[in-house]
Amino acid sequence: MDRVTQHNNQQAQRKAAMAVLAHAEAGEIAARLRDFSLPAHQDLRAPENGLVMLRGRVGGDGAPFNLGEATVSRAAVRLASGEVGFGYTLGRDGEKARLIALCDALVQSRDFGGAVERDVIAPLREQLMIRREQAAAETAATKVDFYTMVRGEG
Amino acid sequence: MYVAVKGGERAIENAHRLLAHKRRGDQSVPEVTLDQISEQLGLAVDRVMSEGSLYDRELAALAIKQARGDLIEAIFLVRAFRATLPRFGASEPVDTGAMRVRRRVSSTFKDIPGGQILGPTFDYTHRLLDPALAQGFVPEMPATADSSTAPTPRVTDILGRDGLIESSPQAEDGASVGDLTREPLNFPADRDLRLQNLARGDEGFLLAMGYSTQRGYGRNHPFAGEIRFGEVEVEFSAEDVGFAVPLGAIELTECQMVNQFKGSATEAPCFTRGYGLAFGQSERKTMSMALVDRALRARELGEEALAPAQDEEFVMSHSDNVQATGFVEHLKLPHYVDFQSELGLLRKLRKEFAEANAPDAMKEAAE
Repeated sequence: MDRVTQHNNQQAQRKAAMAVLAHAEAGEIAARLRDFSLPAHQDLRAPENGLVMLRGRVGGDGAPFNLGEATVSRAAVRLASGEVGFGYTLGRDGEKARLIALCDALVQSRDFGGAVERDVIAPLREQLMIRREQAAAETAATKVDFYTMVRGEG
Repeated sequence: MYVAVKGGERAIENAHRLLAHKRRGDQSVPEVTLDQISEQLGLAVDRVMSEGSLYDRELAALAIKQARGDLIEAIFLVRAFRATLPRFGASEPVDTGAMRVRRRVSSTFKDIPGGQILGPTFDYTHRLLDPALAQGFVPEMPATADSSTAPTPRVTDILGRDGLIESSPQAEDGASVGDLTREPLNFPADRDLRLQNLARGDEGFLLAMGYSTQRGYGRNHPFAGEIRFGEVEVEFSAEDVGFAVPLGAIELTECQMVNQFKGSATEAPCFTRGYGLAFGQSERKTMSMALVDRALRARELGEEALAPAQDEEFVMSHSDNVQATGFVEHLKLPHYVDFQSELGLLRKLRKEFAEANAPDAMKEAAE
């Protein structure tokens, strides 16, 4: 595998992990990390709260416009082995941003990448899917089944 | 004459103390929690987020609690709060086509791909007060059904395939996105600024404006092409990370209004459209927004613009309830000096009037 492909693969993997972690509570991530033998790491950027302007598109698919802002927390963590992880999440939970950053650093690590996917990301993804399936099933029950009333004799 | 007014400090302090006491109400009644507000008064939270222009359920719930349920006051609090945080940047535009739909209805087509999905709605309720809700109500578990994975394309995309509806305007290369929180508003304003203004505009104002178009003040013959509510993913291109980072999901309501068609010697006739988008489940808001968005396109579409809803300066200058409440409510602050000068002028005018209209005898006597 060439380096570009490798880089793209890792980026896709990091993004997929972040997509799961952003939906989890800080406590859920922390609980998954509790049994994990974490390597030495330090805050590269202490958690910080700020705003991101959320954008929509005219007509849903046209030119972008500014819809309104959202609170966002972010942090960065560096492993002793050098990997730098970033954490971004909606809301103001700095600890959650830090935990996401830590996981992002672990995902990039040769030694811990597999374990963090298996012990942290995969179980959280499964929980998220269960919640989504439940919501989808509740929604599906409210779908209208039209039928035609037949009057008189055919 | 300059009159210094002092002495209000203690009264103000005690008034705020009294307010805090009134806000808490009868202390033998349990205090309402932010979770309770967020979970059980969810649509109030949605409105405060939309018009406060800040997506944060917990902050909106706190604002509602602090404002004693006065939603415009809560919106004011949220707007003030957002000024305290730095802005990291702007998100990638959200894809409402990829929404995890919780509700989706169309009044234009019965059989839309993905179906008519009612979701949690007040529609078709009888609007009878329900005494069972007064205390200790435990709802039934929601029904469930096989959730199909059939995509739910936007109705406007379906119409667009056959060219029956105008396509959405695309951004020009390198065009920046207008932001009325950063630059003062100038007229005429582009559609991006108009939509931003409407998205944070007062629901009641937009409702009245949208309603006025239906009643004939700038009629544009609308159909609710589609209303959808659900979750969309948000991504943010963080420079330090080097790719678009998933931030999580937000709830949005989108309304696609399909309006009267236009055409010309060179262009085949097609439906026109108005657009509404807001945080949370905000159906009335997005429908009104879409009606007003379409009305404000009058000039662009070569229509006569005579009605208030078609006047962008009028609409955009009066839609913001924080600005409006600021100016209306400032009238109750001390205007003693202004008023004294008016009073002085009025007395002078009255004196002149009395003299001018005095009986001739008096005038003569005076001379």
